[in-house]
Amino acid sequence: MTAIAEGLAGVSGTRAAPQRPSVAARGDRLRLFIQPIAVVAIVGAVVVWALSSDLNANERETLNLPTILTLTGQHVLITLVVSVLVVAIAIPLGVALTRPAFKGASPVFLVIANIGQAAPALGVIVLFFLWSGIEGLWAVAIPLVFYTLLPVLRNTMVGIQQVPAALIDAGRGMGMSATSVLMRVELPLAVPLILAGLRTALVLAVGTATLAFFVNGGGLGELIDTGYKLQLNSVMYVGAALAIGLALLVDWVGGMAERWLAPKGAS
Amino acid sequence: MSLWQYIAERWDRLSLQSWLHVSGVVQCTILAAVIGVGVGILVYRSPAGSAIATALSSTILTIPSFALLGLLIPVVGLGVTPSVIALTLYGLLPIVRNTIVGLSGVDPAVSDAAKGVGMGRFGVLTRVELRLAWPAILTGMRVSAQMLMGIAVIAAYAKGFGLGSEVFSGLTRAGSANSLNQALAGTLGVVVLALVLDAIFILIARLTIPKGIR
Repeated sequence: MTAIAEGLAGVSGTRAAPQRPSVAARGDRLRLFIQPIAVVAIVGAVVVWALSSDLNANERETLNLPTILTLTGQHVLITLVVSVLVVAIAIPLGVALTRPAFKGASPVFLVIANIGQAAPALGVIVLFFLWSGIEGLWAVAIPLVFYTLLPVLRNTMVGIQQVPAALIDAGRGMGMSATSVLMRVELPLAVPLILAGLRTALVLAVGTATLAFFVNGGGLGELIDTGYKLQLNSVMYVGAALAIGLALLVDWVGGMAERWLAPKGAS
Repeated sequence: MSLWQYIAERWDRLSLQSWLHVSGVVQCTILAAVIGVGVGILVYRSPAGSAIATALSSTILTIPSFALLGLLIPVVGLGVTPSVIALTLYGLLPIVRNTIVGLSGVDPAVSDAAKGVGMGRFGVLTRVELRLAWPAILTGMRVSAQMLMGIAVIAAYAKGFGLGSEVFSGLTRAGSANSLNQALAGTLGVVVLALVLDAIFILIARLTIPKGIR
């Protein structure tokens, strides 16, 4: 999805005609409003249908509340672990790579992160599993961190680099040290972009977490797979609906964070 | 067996899967472009329509691809159909968004001038606006194609086409000889094909974007 941001950046240069407030921004506002309603409607309807309808014994075995809750919990845990690790690695790394001492190394890291994202997510997960033999949560989390690092890393770097030099000079001129310019000027101004990157990473993580079951990591993908293997369409529908609902919810949380956590006046 | 020996030995099969992978992705990108540009043309003059089309297509992109397959398999069955539907849907967003941005970015003075020399609504659209928006639309297609290269791997789960089936059979044969080579060949193949396709898009851009707006 970062690729899209890149693609759109390519577009903005084409013409400097007076633009109505960006289409994308209006579409995003619409989604923030409608998405939570859609999630509650989809998930509520499906779960009520699944738990109340006449299921045969096979379906009962997978479609019960404890199983659904366990798988959802695993899915959420994978998403959380990946997001926390990505934030903990990408933001300090992004800050370090914009400091004069390490600037030279930034292309190297961007190329590595770019390759991580150009590779297909499923391929990265499967390769890591076959190569390391690890199963479960970490077999998904580690390759996914590698896979989702790029958006946050790149946005942190771009966010800091786009701070006008005049503001940094002004900070230094007021007697701030390089560290306090970073903490009180550069980082706050970079927050909107960092949050946008984080939202992208969250959506990538929650989406690819549906692939976790391939390496025994659980998650809602397991319901879909069970339904497919046992030819139980109801199980497939419930798994898909829950995975979609969770993804929309995570995206919505990311969107709200973008709106409310950004410093006023910085965006 | 080293990876290179493996690739050399299975070259026939790998090259066929690679071809199917690229040709499937390209066809779905073209299909998505036909639909996406059509939608863009329909809505770009209305702010509300543009917002709805963008919101809808970016919601589709949020849906995990494996979950979409789970919805499609019971309805359309296995094989090529679910892959094509999924890939086309995912390909829409970048194209719809860029078509709208491109078309609404055309300087109104230029459209007015075209009207002034006697062009009809259709003429202004096809001979002026779409041509000025073409770089944006092409960028959208390029972004879509890159994304679909990776999603096509997952779509192979529903007995679809392409290199994803190598990754899957590497996984199911985990532990046996060459399972790692097989998954590696599939994954690296996708990366290489994605790079080649991207280069082709750059070439198309050079050849088709009129000199005046480059």
